[in-house]
Amino acid sequence: MNWLSQNLHIVGALLVDHLVLSIVPIALAILVSVPLGWLAARYRRARTPLLTGTGLLYAIPSLPLFIIVAPLIGVPVRSPVTIVVALTLYGVALLVRGAADAFGSVPRETMLAADAMGHAAWARFWRVELPLAGPVLLSSLRVVVVSTVSLVTVGAVVGASSLGTLFTDGFQRGIEASILTGLVLTVVVAFALDAIVVLAGRLAMPWRRAVAT
Amino acid sequence: MIEFASVRKEYPGGSVAVEDFSLTIPSHAVAVLVGSSGCGKTTLLRMVNRMVDPSSGTVSIDGVDVRSMDPVKLRRSIGYVLQAGGLLPHRTIADNVATVPVLEGRSRRQARKDALGLLERVGLDTALADRYPAQLSGGQQQRVGVARALAADPNILLMDEPFGAVDPIVRDQLQTEMRSLQAELGKTIVFVTHDIDEAFALGDEVLVLRKGAEIAQRGTPAEILANPADEFVASFVGAGSARRTLRIREVGGRSVVVDGDDRPTGVLAR
Ligand SMILES: Nc1ncnc2c1ncn2[C@@H]1O[C@H](COP(=O)(O)OP(=O)(O)O)[C@@H](O)[C@H]1O
Ligand SMILES: [Mg+2]
Repeated sequence: MNWLSQNLHIVGALLVDHLVLSIVPIALAILVSVPLGWLAARYRRARTPLLTGTGLLYAIPSLPLFIIVAPLIGVPVRSPVTIVVALTLYGVALLVRGAADAFGSVPRETMLAADAMGHAAWARFWRVELPLAGPVLLSSLRVVVVSTVSLVTVGAVVGASSLGTLFTDGFQRGIEASILTGLVLTVVVAFALDAIVVLAGRLAMPWRRAVAT
Repeated sequence: MIEFASVRKEYPGGSVAVEDFSLTIPSHAVAVLVGSSGCGKTTLLRMVNRMVDPSSGTVSIDGVDVRSMDPVKLRRSIGYVLQAGGLLPHRTIADNVATVPVLEGRSRRQARKDALGLLERVGLDTALADRYPAQLSGGQQQRVGVARALAADPNILLMDEPFGAVDPIVRDQLQTEMRSLQAELGKTIVFVTHDIDEAFALGDEVLVLRKGAEIAQRGTPAEILANPADEFVASFVGAGSARRTLRIREVGGRSVVVDGDDRPTGVLAR
């Protein structure tokens, strides 16, 4: 506790770094995966290449991925951009399949009913397909949130600062309190972001609770 | 007026849903298409609002080929009622009814207000307005489906086995209400069903279809019952069956109508 109170400002700064390095790739992964998942669900020919391709991404171990991504986009390995890009790729790897399943779960009759009422394609997507895909989409998003928050710590190994820095530093200098703080805060961040996602889901999908009760 | 002129529909994969169908439905009339499952009824309906385009032939509304119309606009101008209502499960009842007006740019608040009036019109308590479809009974959902189809005040209503999923008592009630609603509104209605009793209950004119949407017989319910055109129609309407062959028996000074099994179905009015 003593250590923590002396290093509060450092821990605070690392916490902010960690949040940024988590939230940005999660948001980017959603932006990329939702359209890809929609394509995979609606076009049979797009399905296999998209799902296999993005699935393979996840097979690449994280440390090598950071090291490969950096020269590809021309930034240093320890740059936050490297971490963001690599974690976005992981997020996409997990989320495209989830999004494909989510859009696949929208009942065909409901889409036909939407067409029959005169929804143009765009209106049907926003007003019908996306909300009804919501529940399934949300459950894979939760996996992405937790996995991203935990993967951010790996970035500390290549020098990108985050709560993971508390592990690497703590190990090097033999400060147990630092390691412990890093561990606890990472878990807390994961839980907190997950809780926010769940709460946002409840607010955005009020019909689910109404129907369940 | 809706006109089908030598319409044919072959789906990709080669199944021919409609062989060669021609029919003119005058404005304000109710045409009931009745036939067993797979005979092409849904395909015919969907050709009116361009959810299906014919392989050949034309469908026109008031003399205008529907192919020359924008499908989205066309669909908004036609009410469509599906089995089990086809309601959007994530929208409240009021929002479901308000769907088309909102798509057309009406403010949500105004559209929801109008929706309440429509709910009353189809016999629903406006207290249901903020519920979700899954919280309603099948019969209530069906009424919401009708209210939604009426929301944009369309001239044409397409109804695809709308009462097929509700129990017989509710179905009778819905049919009765639909007749009185129609008496008031005078829409042009194409109503599709596989239930011959429903067809006879609702149609000014009934078309019995066989596979490929071939018209086996066309006429008023009375004409079809009195003179089925052929074996197929006779068996489809159940001509000769116990419930269609009624006789009169005198009981206590009244004429009781009994069916072929001697089960009373009513008394002759005096
Ligand atoms: N989208 C489709 N693709 C291929 N075949 C279809 C399609 N829709 C309907 N059919 C076929 O066309 C025939 C008529 O179908 P439909 O119009 O739905 O009949 P009904 O409504 O009378 O049950 C059926 O044999 C059905 O299998
Ligand atoms: Mg059908």
